[in-house]
Amino acid sequence: MPTDILIAEDEPSILEALSFVLQRAGWTVQSVTDGEAVMQAVRRMRPRVLVLDVMMPKKSGFEVLKQIRADASLRALPVLVLTAKGQQQDKRVAEELGADRFITKPYSNVDVIDTVRELLEANTAESSP
Amino acid sequence: MTLTADLVIATSVAYVGLLFLVAFLADRHTRRRAGGFLRSPFVYTLSISVYCTSWTFYGAVGSAARTGLEFVTIYLGPTLVFIGWWFILRRLVHISHSQRITSIADLLSSRFGKSGVLGVLVTLLAVIAIAPYIALQLKAVTSSIEAIAGASEFGRGSLEGWDEGGLAFGVAAGMAAFTILFGTRNVDANEQHHGVVAAIALEAVVKLTALIAVGVFVIYAGGALEGVFTGAAAAGIDIYDTDTFGDRWIASMLLAAAAIICLPRQFQVTVVENSDESHLRTASWAFPAYMLAMSLFILPIALYGLTIMPAGSNPDMFTLTLPLAAGQGGLALFAFIGGFSSATSMIILESIALSIMVSNHIVVPLMLRFGAEGHVGSDHGVRRLLLRARRVSIVLILFLGFGYFYLTRSSDALAPIGLISFTGVAQFLPAILAALFWRDASAKAAIAAISTGFLVWLWASFLPSFATSSPSVAAIMAEGPHGISWLRPQALFGLDMLDPLAHGVFWSLFANTTVLILGSLVTRQSALEHVQAALFIDMSGRSPSEPGSLHGSATTDDLLLVARRVLGQQRAFDLFSEEARQTGTAWTSLEPTPAFINRLERELAGSIGAASAHIMLSKVVSGGEVSLEEVMRMADETQQVIEHSQALERTSAQLRATAEKLEAANLQLREVDRQKDEFLSQVSHEVRTPMTAIRAFSEILLSERDLDESSVRSFVDTIHKESLRLTSLLDEILDVSALEKGDRVWEANLFDPERSLDQALRVCDALALHNGTTLQVTQRVDSAHVSGDADRLSQVLINLISNAIKYNNAPSPTVWIRSFIDGPHYCVEISDNGAGIPEAEQPRIFDKFYRGQRGRAAAYAGAGLGLPISREILARMRGTLELVPGAAEGACFCMRLPLEMDARATG
Repeated sequence: MPTDILIAEDEPSILEALSFVLQRAGWTVQSVTDGEAVMQAVRRMRPRVLVLDVMMPKKSGFEVLKQIRADASLRALPVLVLTAKGQQQDKRVAEELGADRFITKPYSNVDVIDTVRELLEANTAESSP
Repeated sequence: MTLTADLVIATSVAYVGLLFLVAFLADRHTRRRAGGFLRSPFVYTLSISVYCTSWTFYGAVGSAARTGLEFVTIYLGPTLVFIGWWFILRRLVHISHSQRITSIADLLSSRFGKSGVLGVLVTLLAVIAIAPYIALQLKAVTSSIEAIAGASEFGRGSLEGWDEGGLAFGVAAGMAAFTILFGTRNVDANEQHHGVVAAIALEAVVKLTALIAVGVFVIYAGGALEGVFTGAAAAGIDIYDTDTFGDRWIASMLLAAAAIICLPRQFQVTVVENSDESHLRTASWAFPAYMLAMSLFILPIALYGLTIMPAGSNPDMFTLTLPLAAGQGGLALFAFIGGFSSATSMIILESIALSIMVSNHIVVPLMLRFGAEGHVGSDHGVRRLLLRARRVSIVLILFLGFGYFYLTRSSDALAPIGLISFTGVAQFLPAILAALFWRDASAKAAIAAISTGFLVWLWASFLPSFATSSPSVAAIMAEGPHGISWLRPQALFGLDMLDPLAHGVFWSLFANTTVLILGSLVTRQSALEHVQAALFIDMSGRSPSEPGSLHGSATTDDLLLVARRVLGQQRAFDLFSEEARQTGTAWTSLEPTPAFINRLERELAGSIGAASAHIMLSKVVSGGEVSLEEVMRMADETQQVIEHSQALERTSAQLRATAEKLEAANLQLREVDRQKDEFLSQVSHEVRTPMTAIRAFSEILLSERDLDESSVRSFVDTIHKESLRLTSLLDEILDVSALEKGDRVWEANLFDPERSLDQALRVCDALALHNGTTLQVTQRVDSAHVSGDADRLSQVLINLISNAIKYNNAPSPTVWIRSFIDGPHYCVEISDNGAGIPEAEQPRIFDKFYRGQRGRAAAYAGAGLGLPISREILARMRGTLELVPGAAEGACFCMRLPLEMDARATG
């Protein structure tokens, strides 16, 4: 079964909640809990959208994002960045590094679902015709 | 009336007797009534007219006969100074009065840091430069006597057998005796020679009247002014065709302007003898008017002389020979007395001025250096020595003049000799102007400049005057020394199109000024120079007594002793009584304040010059040893003097320091601000994380209606757990911030840490049970005493034990606890068999908000504040918390607290 969404999040309860709502929305969801595991998982699973937390152990979300945008085969992957720091500076960094969307924690579930849906649809529109 | 040399000499002696009487009466008059008409601006102006010497009286006529209107420059120069630049004179007089300046050498020495070298230099050069001028007067007097003696058959009288040299020698000797009688009765130059000045003023009247009388006679004899000019024109005499208004005209006008300031005798009458600065105002028009009157008849006399006198007669003597030729014996005698007046007034004042310079700048310093203690010791020693020095100087100066006369006697014109002297003394002008107007001019530069200008003068002006009497000098003039043509005295560097006079003036003043400016730019002023420069330049500024002040341990007796020796009994006594009256103290308890010492120094400077007075008083004040004390005083002076600029420097230094402090504070603030931002950002992150979970699950529960019971329960459980986490997080944040600020009051009680350990173990038992962890207490202390807060210690122990339980993911998790005494410390060690803390993370585990790898993944993720808080609490109790290498593979924490030894007894 192909993976729609890969979640990279180290907080267990947040991961649980995210997985729950995204699955309920009808997508297949996989998860990793540290920065180093993200790249491997992305290459193996080829998710259609990556939900990426910034503050992660081993490798920060920003570093992961930089690596993805530097990789020709992954460059097109839509990325939604989540951060708990809630500062303008983080948002700017994320945009500079090529994040498609940026959401601050705590978020509303609906926002996350809508944003993921947009990214999925854009991705489909691009690749399907 | 037939004139003979004997009659002339007798008349001269009688005239001198009259002058002496005038001087004597004037002195008595001033002493009785403090001045009167003798202190009027007109007497002052008449005394300034000592500028008009026999060069004017005889020489100007000769000069007019030879070169036309050139003689006018000699009057135009000073007129320009007195009318146009009298502010320079006023400044000069003002400064010299406030600084008690005694001579031109004293002025320069004083301005340039009381430099002794400069004083000696200026004195020596002045003596040398003036020699031709004195010679000129001797020559004029000798020639005039010769002229009268040659006019009749028996004219020579008792002069039979005397040649020109012998006569000149006799005149010089007579003048020396006369000057000594006149000028050296008193020592204090600042006492102002009222008697001499009165005599000089009388002579000024006599010479003017005599010249006008001859002028009137010429006009009468020649048939009115028109007759004189038409007669001359008819005789084919034309004195206008010479190139008058050229470089020579400019040079001689410049020299005359410089001379009125730089000539030692002019400085003496204009500056030193000035008793009221406002007199300068009168002199500024009256002196030019006097000179105008003096020059009025010069052209008619010269023209008439050229018309009627036989060819080859000396035009310098027309003033005398015209009445003689007309048989006007009485008028001729009057003219002779006029010329004699001009010569004597110049010689008397010039040699007085020079002798003061010699004694103050050469003799006194030598005496002080070679410690002529015998003289200083005897009561009137210094005064007697000074008088003797001045008398010897006068003789020396006159005979130097005679020497010059003797060597150059074959040249017969008067004016060129005078101009050589003028060029010599003009070398002081750049330094004087710099002294008054240029703050940065330095002593070294002034010394170098004057020396340079003077050497050029010696070579280009002085040496050539011997050309007619010395063949070797003539050879140098023609070919240059050793054939080096560009060093020819009157064509230096090949510049041969200028008139010799202009040539000498140009090169000497050019070199002089250049050296002064460049030298001042490259040398630094000493502290004392700086002080003196400030005094001279900012006259209106600070009081002159402040900066140079001597501080020391002199007693009033010492000072009185010195004052009495230099000033004399009466003056010293007056000075001290006045001080006593002013300060309202008794004579005997008079305190030598710095202000008084300063005043005394200025009084002494009036007698022996600034440099000598300074050295003499510092000797007394500092107890004989000049060296160290002098140096210290200099340092002291530096501080006081540069007060102005130093105050500024201080202010700017303070501002700089303040700015630096502000910058440092600013940096610190920014650092604190950055830390605070980081802390807030961390806190925000830590708070948002549980909030995110709570909100996410709450929204799920709210929006999803068809959830099964177990999911709902699990979600609510997570919400509850995260709420608790949020609460404890906030508690920890408050705790850590309070601990860091250090404002929480700590109770420092004696307690048994074992009881805290008991409590911690009780709390953690439940957690251990829940996690399936074994707690093993391997060692306990019976009891111990430490100081601090028992509950806080429990908090630390609970944190450490629960960490060990929570993060232990071993298959059969075990935590070991032991307490023991290690030397002066009570220790608790908590270790586990978990995965341990990776080496890379070990340095950071006590950082705030740092959470290890395991901590994040575990279900009990904290905020990362437990360890920093525990360490801070132990630090408050003077203890430590460290991660130590344990026996097992897991982590091992060890806490230590100092034991309270003396408390054991009470505990």
